[in-house]
Amino acid sequence: MDLVAVFPEPPPPELARTLDLAGYRWKAFASADEVAKSEPAEGWMGAIVCADAEIENAWAVCRALRKKDVLQVPLLLLVTGAQLDELTLRDELFDDFCLLPFHPRELEARLRHLFAFTASSPRPDLVDYGELVLNLETYQASVGGQPLDLTYMEYELLKFLVQNPGKVFTREILLSRVWGYDYYGGARTVDVHIRRLRAKLGEEHANLIQTVRSVGYRFGQSRWGN
Amino acid sequence: MLDQQRDYVLRTVEERGVRLIRLWFTDVLGNLKSFAISPAELENALEDGMTFDGSSIDGFSRVQESDVLAVPDANTFVMLPWADTKAPEARVFCDIHNLDGSPFGGDPRQVLRRNLQRAQKLGLDFLIAPDIEFFYFAPPEHGQPPRPLDEASFFDLTTTDVTGTLRKETIRTLETMSIPVEYSFHEDAPSQHEIDLRHTDALTMADSVMTFRLVVKEVAAAQGVHATFMPKPLEGVQGSGMHLHLSLFDNDGNAFYSADDSYNLSDTAKKFMAGLLFHASEITAITNQTVNSYKRLVPGFEAPVHVSWARNNRSGLIRVPVPKRANPLATRIEYRSPDPACNPYLAFSVILAAGLRGIEQGYELPAEADANLFEMGDDALQKLGIDQLPQSLSDALRVMESSSLVHEALGEHIFEWFLRNKRSEWRGYKTQVTPFELNRYLRSI
Repeated sequence: MDLVAVFPEPPPPELARTLDLAGYRWKAFASADEVAKSEPAEGWMGAIVCADAEIENAWAVCRALRKKDVLQVPLLLLVTGAQLDELTLRDELFDDFCLLPFHPRELEARLRHLFAFTASSPRPDLVDYGELVLNLETYQASVGGQPLDLTYMEYELLKFLVQNPGKVFTREILLSRVWGYDYYGGARTVDVHIRRLRAKLGEEHANLIQTVRSVGYRFGQSRWGN
Repeated sequence: MLDQQRDYVLRTVEERGVRLIRLWFTDVLGNLKSFAISPAELENALEDGMTFDGSSIDGFSRVQESDVLAVPDANTFVMLPWADTKAPEARVFCDIHNLDGSPFGGDPRQVLRRNLQRAQKLGLDFLIAPDIEFFYFAPPEHGQPPRPLDEASFFDLTTTDVTGTLRKETIRTLETMSIPVEYSFHEDAPSQHEIDLRHTDALTMADSVMTFRLVVKEVAAAQGVHATFMPKPLEGVQGSGMHLHLSLFDNDGNAFYSADDSYNLSDTAKKFMAGLLFHASEITAITNQTVNSYKRLVPGFEAPVHVSWARNNRSGLIRVPVPKRANPLATRIEYRSPDPACNPYLAFSVILAAGLRGIEQGYELPAEADANLFEMGDDALQKLGIDQLPQSLSDALRVMESSSLVHEALGEHIFEWFLRNKRSEWRGYKTQVTPFELNRYLRSI
């Protein structure tokens, strides 16, 4: 458990140098698939994802690392100043971040801190809102104890909404945060899936997902009351 | 993303104790095919696909190259609501590949995927909402005419009726399978019903139409009722159509909408309509693929006969519905000739290809035909430059055969097989001596 996963392959030379000087054992990967396939049996010590060149692939790597493990891999993200907006609503995908170009001593200090305190912290595997419960470990959702039969994207959309109750999301934000780049069908896809989710939640719970006219959707009560 | 979908499916199968996974795909004529695998085989199937002998499927392989690969599309995984709760089952649609991994030319789903990729290269997503009509009959007896279950007509309240209950149960089942229903009602003809599905992307919608036809039939059969999508089962009353509401979306929203046009139609919409009208006759064999389909496309029964368009004229081939509350997202066109006996993957493919041709080559939309075309004589129609749709399967096949557009959209494999299969259907029909002929000629000649 002393191997650090790094994206992309090859990593920026100054990143490789910093890691070598700090004495980390690391291995770089070119894609989410490769990272997932190469995971050592005892897990990664941590991961460093450099997002400047291929941000969508970088998110895919983050998602792959956060996928099903109950134990979180401590993950540090490297982004440029222009990419800071992309971090919004993706808090669950990384533990800390550092701006590019980074200062080698700062990066080293952050890694030391991150790997010391967040290694192996369990992540919550249940989220709930009222009678609605999602088990993130088993991908199962239920309402009032009854299992919901969801497709994968319906599940992902519901998960995102339940994790962010009371906030209003535009279709575009939902599309980029839930579907990522790999979606099909454009912004109308969101409406279609919201409609399907409401039907599956049943009449009693359909109004958990509210349409906010000419903006988008909100899950659950607004924090300001209705 | 793919990995996570795979995990989701595998985990759900485990958590819900799924015993059988049904792998669904579609033959060239639009029949749903299925084989079942056990959960133990699922991981392997998702990874590498399942090999099967395609020569047993209509229009798939020639015998010497018969093995093909069914690769499940994890995104289509749903639990089957009618399975025994003690032995849950799920289904997943498959794409068919050759053993070398390339898309299999005989698979209608792959054909639609290829056509949709063309639209995506232009930055366009193709959305479809179908209005599907069908009949409920008492179980058919061989050689006997169909017997309607009710004599109610359009929008009649038939709450005590078994067919009302059937429709409700059908909608409930569709919704649990991720197929949202927009409206449903009793149609014009006795025992005829219509269910309108909410729009979604064309690939999902083709899958949904396949699921829809199965659900309608299964729910009815469980009550001893026979549901049919035959285009014209009863003489003298309306047949069953599958009107398609079509739109294209790009990054800025609805590409069919323009605030500046009096009908709110964009140039893209007009060129798409022009393409569809120009190539309508060529694609009719695909959208109306049975001998019986052409008994529906006759004057007087709200089915289109002429190649024309209008804002609100139900005798036209394309109608431009007025959107509710002038909502830009709802601007769309309605293509009225297809019937529910078509193969939705192929029908959506050729419709898209015709429309895109209009966009790419900048076709000019002909003038609106807002008069009732059924009441106009042939001369008057000719003066307006309004053609008729093909009058029989044979006519439609002849036009299709010389269409490079349909050839390209379907690919060589399906184009060739379809023509061969349907010509043989036509020959079978032509050799029949019908009751019409006996009644008309036997005594008088």
